[in-house]
Amino acid sequence: MGGLDAGPVVPEDQDFALWEKRVDALMVLTSAKGLFTVDGLRRCVEDMAPEDYENLGYYDRWVSSVNQNLIEAGSYSLEELARKMEQVARRGETYGDCTGS
Amino acid sequence: MKAVQASVRVKEWYPPGHVRAPFYLRGKCGKIERSLGQFGNPEQQAYGLKGDLKELLRVRFTMAEVWGTECESPDDTIEAEIYEHWLEPTNAP
Amino acid sequence: MPHDHEHNHIHDHSHGDQLSPSGHPYRKDQDAKLTYWQTMEIAMRELLIEKGVVTPQEITRTIEQMDRRSPADGAKVVARAWVDPGYRARLMADGTAAIAEMGFDPGALRLIAVENTDQIHNVVVCTLCSCYPRNLLGLPPDWYKQRAYRSRVVKTPRAVLREFGTELADNVQIRVHDSTADMRYLVVPARPKGTEKLDETDLAALITRDSMIGVTRLAPQK
Repeated sequence: MGGLDAGPVVPEDQDFALWEKRVDALMVLTSAKGLFTVDGLRRCVEDMAPEDYENLGYYDRWVSSVNQNLIEAGSYSLEELARKMEQVARRGETYGDCTGS
Repeated sequence: MKAVQASVRVKEWYPPGHVRAPFYLRGKCGKIERSLGQFGNPEQQAYGLKGDLKELLRVRFTMAEVWGTECESPDDTIEAEIYEHWLEPTNAP
Repeated sequence: MPHDHEHNHIHDHSHGDQLSPSGHPYRKDQDAKLTYWQTMEIAMRELLIEKGVVTPQEITRTIEQMDRRSPADGAKVVARAWVDPGYRARLMADGTAAIAEMGFDPGALRLIAVENTDQIHNVVVCTLCSCYPRNLLGLPPDWYKQRAYRSRVVKTPRAVLREFGTELADNVQIRVHDSTADMRYLVVPARPKGTEKLDETDLAALITRDSMIGVTRLAPQK
């Protein structure tokens, strides 16, 4: 990315949403427990298709990458993930409805 | 080659996969600013493998070297951390 | 990798007036339509808890720790370096040890401090991802993580700094630090003129996050 053309920097600040902080915390905790390294996190972000990389939010990319690394580490299976995601989506319409506690 | 102030070139390798030597510095020459000690090789750690220890070096490049005539100010610098296996002496073929 | 799903954030605030089961209004992020990636976060978190990999308490603690960290921590380090030459020397020699000495937990952070002077201006970036001294300064600002800053500051730092309102004389050398591997960088801004009589606490209050990334310089005080 270094040296490529891009538009002006927009020096704005933002608050983080709760789900973003949770993604961050899960990354910090699972990597501290030795399930993957920051290099593994970076690899899966870099391996995204360019259009995904551009279109996804920062923590969208992170959750995608943390999940990929946890699958590779054997922390849970794809089947378990699919089942759980289906269950979560059925709980309601919004993050607040679906996040449980 | 690992002495401070030694001139080094970043290897112009382009293997696919996770590499921490940024594209824009490949093939560019700089001077070693300091050694940072040994770190696990990210090219292995990225794939869930145990990383062999590699020396990490901070290398200082001039803007003139990196960007040529497109640079804003030739004596401004860029410093980056580069693993030893990505560096070669500047007199290498 | 599956890309056949909804990627967009859809902001639907129609639930904004409702109250959560505890009787409080939902946080703003909680009342928008659930996204695919939020679904994944919830699923991942619940699976990790069910399997005993992490506990809810650990997650809460980690978030609290994250919320406690802020640029004010870095400002204390810089202010100490301004008033205590011995500390300044230790900070420049070994940033990691120097912040630990002040009671900040570096964790996995390996810190290098670089100092701005009349002749040298340092600025920090991570062109490969978004490496940032988060254990000292908290989470990075959005612009630090975005393409515009990361791609341009290594090539045209003077133009980028101008967008932050920072105009540097031609005789000031810019040093851009690309956090490509294991080190993180703290810029020690130059102590502004007019602060000679201020104590360490008042000095710390002047020091901004952006000045410690190196995109701004601190204004002289009257």
